[in-house]
Formats: sequence, structure tokens, C-alpha cells
Amino acid sequence: MPLQILLIPLLPLAAFVLLGLFGRRLPGPSSGWLATALLAVSTILSAGVAWDYFFVAGMQDGAYPTQVPFSVPWLTFTDEMRIDMGILLDPISVMMIVVVSFISLMVHIYSLSYMKGEARYATYFSYLGLFTFSMLGLVLSSNIFQIYMCWELVGVSSFLLIGYHYDRPSAVAASKKAFIVTRFADLGFLIGILVLSFHANTLDFPTLIERLTDPASPYLPAAAAPAFLGLSALTWGLVLVFAGGAGKSAMFPLHIWLPDAMEGPTPVSALIHAATMVVAGVYLVARLFPVFALSCPAALEVVAVTGILSAALAAVIACTQTDIKRVLAYSTMSQIGYMMFALGVAGWGAANEGFSASMFHLFTHAMFKAGLFLCAGVIIHHVHSNDLAGMGGLRKALPFTHIVFLVCCLAIAGIPPFAGFFSKEAILLAAWHKSTVIYSIGLVTSGLTAFYMFRLYFSIFHHKPVVPGTGHGEGGPAMMLPLAILLAGAVFAGFVPFSEFVTADGTPSPTELHLGFSVAPVGLGIAGILLARRLYQTANPLPGRIAERWQGLYRTAYRKFYVDELYLFFTHKIIFNLIGRPAAWIDRVIVDGFMNLLGQASLTVSDGISGMQSGKVQSYAAWFLAGLLGFAILTLYILFT
Amino acid sequence: MDVGLKHMLFVSLALFFTGVYGFLTRRNLITMLMAAELMLNSVNLNFIAFNKYVWPGQLDGVFFTLFIIAIAAAEAAVAIAIIINLYRSFSSIDVEDADTLKY
Repeated sequence: MPLQILLIPLLPLAAFVLLGLFGRRLPGPSSGWLATALLAVSTILSAGVAWDYFFVAGMQDGAYPTQVPFSVPWLTFTDEMRIDMGILLDPISVMMIVVVSFISLMVHIYSLSYMKGEARYATYFSYLGLFTFSMLGLVLSSNIFQIYMCWELVGVSSFLLIGYHYDRPSAVAASKKAFIVTRFADLGFLIGILVLSFHANTLDFPTLIERLTDPASPYLPAAAAPAFLGLSALTWGLVLVFAGGAGKSAMFPLHIWLPDAMEGPTPVSALIHAATMVVAGVYLVARLFPVFALSCPAALEVVAVTGILSAALAAVIACTQTDIKRVLAYSTMSQIGYMMFALGVAGWGAANEGFSASMFHLFTHAMFKAGLFLCAGVIIHHVHSNDLAGMGGLRKALPFTHIVFLVCCLAIAGIPPFAGFFSKEAILLAAWHKSTVIYSIGLVTSGLTAFYMFRLYFSIFHHKPVVPGTGHGEGGPAMMLPLAILLAGAVFAGFVPFSEFVTADGTPSPTELHLGFSVAPVGLGIAGILLARRLYQTANPLPGRIAERWQGLYRTAYRKFYVDELYLFFTHKIIFNLIGRPAAWIDRVIVDGFMNLLGQASLTVSDGISGMQSGKVQSYAAWFLAGLLGFAILTLYILFT
Repeated sequence: MDVGLKHMLFVSLALFFTGVYGFLTRRNLITMLMAAELMLNSVNLNFIAFNKYVWPGQLDGVFFTLFIIAIAAAEAAVAIAIIINLYRSFSSIDVEDADTLKY
């Protein structure tokens, strides 16, 4: 068992090392096939581990256990405080390795065809291998420091893949932006780790959670006592850790990197910026959920507010964007907002339905959002443009993509019986039980989701006269197979009785479905679809007129609520002027000035005395004699007084 | 009038400063070498004088003098070698001409 689990992350690592070192020497597309084969083995192993965990080993004492089947000491600071490299198995990590390896496999297969003919084909696959390794390592981490390392590794692979087309200045700028914004958030994460581990005196997840939740634990009172600005160290630690998660998961106000990250190749957007890496923040909160829920509900409220705010904001922005991948990016942000506030409204024990709902939505969202992005890849491949203006009437040219896209849109819009319906219902139900405000915002957002997704759908496949099929359009079986599998996922993933497997404390709870409750969200969803149909099925002046009527709101949403401009203002005008320039002045004038003064002074003095080195032996002798006499007189003076 | 230690030291002192004066004022390197020998001899005279008048039973000063004479002979050989090389380089043994090793 441990070897099998170890191989899951190590096989993609092997692909990274092999292709990184020898990829260019491998003939033709064989490098891609090698990476895909290794990942296929990894996927099968993860499925096997999941099967073993849920069905063979099963529950102990009525709950799915948290196991650490493998652990090696890496750095030992003290007996208690040490960093182990280990593997942690619990329901969410098992669920995540299946999702990550599965989506990654789909993207690998798709890329075999999509990236064909690229000059850096092998490099691309080696980066994918690095990403998959680090993401699997992240979800399997048994140690908060290990998760931080993998966290940075996924950040690096995201940076490398966004900047894959490094000859395009926009891609370079986007990769830098993604890296800097997430690094900035990770600073909070690191401080949070230090605070939490200082108070729990351990870095190990199970021990840390136990010490910070058990009321009898001697560590808890010190951590929960007010420490700084009236809040406890525990609250600060958790909020800072969440800040890191919010950066990675593109939560407001750290979301600005995600739309720009769409500069990367489309399969990469599907894998990293839709299905896996961006949910790392959700996973992190879920990993520390007992601490949040039991010891510090205040921090959980921060999670809920950030989540609902991001969900609503992103949905409004998505309605106005005209770049197909940017619409999908904002929809990703909105859906991750759903997962976040679902965690935020969850409690412990009986009230933990939000936790299962969040993980459920993570699972179904990975399926249909990866499907949507891969469809977008096919469409962009066909049209050679990201802009909705260049699309329209493609339903005959791309018949299969059309079906997959439609089903995935229905799934994300929450129309039964597709996957998104079940998970979104669960989230809204959890929100309903906790807070009416959050519930109503979530409800409106789900209507908006349906509207902007079908705006996208109608703009791409209808809107203009039908474009006749050309035969080559859809890019061959390697691109169709992942779409077909993800289509099945988007249809059937919702029928998994998720809360019987994944709950906060491991004890299964029955999956409920209240048909009466579903009327409002589904009705709003259908209304959104019908509105989108009215506005975008055929080209008509109505959308333009509405945009003109609500010009202020439309422009604000189109310019993404000026958040980017705010950041630019803050960094360029305030930080550069008030901190950067004074610091540069101090560096140039005071620090450098002191050094220059030293140099100048020694130069002047040596210029002055260099005349003594005249080359005349007798003047040296005279100086020598004078010195000797002076010394003799001094000695005599000291001896005889 | 008996010759005492003070007389010896006076002669030695005069001899030493004659050497110093010669060393600082002569430009010819051979003359400078001779001036240096004068200084050495004044020191020898000092050693002998102190040996004779202060510790007459001992021979330390005499030994030192012998050593200095031997070393001075070797030093003269080295100095002559330097002078020959100087002449080869500058076609002169005037120290004023050999002032190229400077800042």
C-alpha cells in the first residue's frame, strides 16, 4: 500500500525529470506519449487507493479514519518540532488525488493533439508532470510545511505554464503577475504557518488539529487568548493561512491574476486554472477545517464573506466580458467562491453539510469546468481567436463540441439532472440553514451563472448564420476522447452520494435532496437561460441597448470593477512614491554615499602622500633616519620621565 | 691623560655621523657604500669600548665585532653586485639616475 501511494506523485515527477533532461532528444510526439502513459498508471493507482480506502479498508468506529501510511523525518529542530515528509490519507485527500490525476490525464491526452507541432512540446509535458507531481504532493501532505513547499511548487509550474509562450509580452506579463500576486498571498500563509505551529508546537497536521481543537489541550488556551489588536493568535494564524488560500484560489481582492493567467495554453487553463490548482485554497481551508470550525468560528466567517463576495462579483463581471477564456476564468472564480462560502457556513457535527457540499462542488466543478475549457480549446483551435465577436453559428462545424459545451453549461447552471445541480443545491441548502443573506446572494449568483454561461453558449454556437462543417474542425480522437469522458462526468458525477463518503469528521451522513427547495434556484437558472436566449440567440440590437441604458454599471463591470486600476494606483502611486522612491533615495544617497565617501577620502589621502614614493634612495634613508631619531627620542623621554 | 670610555664613545659617535652625512649627501653608490662601512666600524668601536671598559672579563663584544666584520665583507660583495647591475641598467652608478621605482 505505501509504495503504491508513493508512486502516485512520483510517476509524474519521473515524467518531469525524464522529459526535462532528455525530452528534446526523443523523436516526435513520443515524449507526450511517455508522460501520458506514466500519468495513466498514476491515475489507475489513485483509483485503486480510493477503492481500497473507501470500500476495502472502509470505516472504523463509524468514521473514515485519517491515516499516515508513510512518513520520513526530514528536518528535526527539536523532538516535537520537526518536518516530516509524509502522506496523509483521509476522505478529502483521497478524493483529491482521484480528481487531480484524472483531470491531469484528460489534459495530457488532449494536449497530445492540441500541442502537436509546438517547438517546446517535450518541455510542455515536463511542466505538466511537474505540476501534477506538486499538486498530488500538496493534497497528500501530512505536514503543514510540506503543503507549503508543494504550494510553492504548483505556483512555479503555474508560472512556467502561463509563460509557456514566452515570446508574447502579454504572456510574460501575465505569468509575472500570477507569480507575484500569489507570492504576496503566500507571505500571509507562511506567517500563518509560523503562528499556528508556534502555538501548537508541531507542524504535523493530525497533531496540530488535535492540539488546537481539543478543549483539554494545554496549547489551546494560550493560542485562543487575545494577542494582537484584540484578536487571538489563533484567529490571526487562521486568517493569514486563509489569505494564502485566497491568493491561490483567486478570491477577491487577490483574484486579479486569474483572468490574465488565461494567456497560457488552453489545456493548462483547464488543468491548473479551473480544475485543480485554484481549488488548493479551498482544500487548505478544508484541511484545517476542524480548527476553523471548533476553535475559531470568527475566521470561518471571514471565509464565508470572502467567498460570497467573490462569487457575486465574478458573476457580474463574467456577464460583460467578450473573451471566451476570460468569461470562463471569472466563472471559475465565482464557483470557487461558492466552495469557499460553503465551507464558511459549515459548522461542526450535525451542521457540517456545507463541508461536504463544498467538496462535492469541487468534485463536480472539476469535471464540467475542465470540459468547458477543453471545448473552448477546440473552438479557439477552429476560430484562431479568443474573442466572441469572431465566433457564432458553429454548431454544425463543431457538432460534438457543441453537445459537450451545452451539457457542461447546463451542469454549471444547476439544471437537473446534471452534476452541478446536486452540488449547488447542497451548497445553497447549507447556506439557507446558516444565513439568509448569504443564501439570497448565492441564489441570485446562480441565476447570473446560468445567464452568462448561456450568453457564451449562444454567442458561440448560434447568434450568426450557421457555419458549414469543414470536416477537420474538431481535432481528432485525442481531443474528442477527453471531451467524451468529461461529458460523462458532467452528467453522472452528481449522482455520487458524496456526503456518505466525504464529511468533516469522517462520519457519513445521508444525502438529502429537497425537491421543494430546488424550485427557486432551478427556476432562476431557467430564467437566466431564457434571458440569454432572448438576447443572444440571434444577432439583435437589444444587448447593445441594455448596455447603453445601464451604461455606468456595464462599464464598471466591463472594467472589472476597476480592481486592477486600484492595484495599479496603489502600487504605482502610493507604494512607489511613498516607499519605493524614499527607499531608493536612502540607498543611493546615504548607503551608497557613505561608501563613496570612504572611497573618495582614501583616494584623496593617497594622492596626497604618494609623492613620498619618489624612488630616491637617499630621501628614503633620510626619512628612515628621521623616524629612527624620533623613535629614539620618544623612548628616552618615556624611560627618563 | 688616560683614554677612557667617553673618548672612545666620542670617536665612535663622530665616525657614525660622518658615515650618515656621507650616506645622505654622496650621489655615487660606491661612496655611499663606503659611508655605510664607516657606520659599521663606529658600531664595532662601540662594542669594543664597552667590552673593554664595562665588562673587561668577558668577550661578547669582541665576538660581535668579529661577526660584524664578517657580515660586512659579505654585504660588500652583495653591494658590489647591485652596483654592477645598476651600471648595466642605467649606464651610471649615480643614485639620482636610478629613481624609476616610484609612484
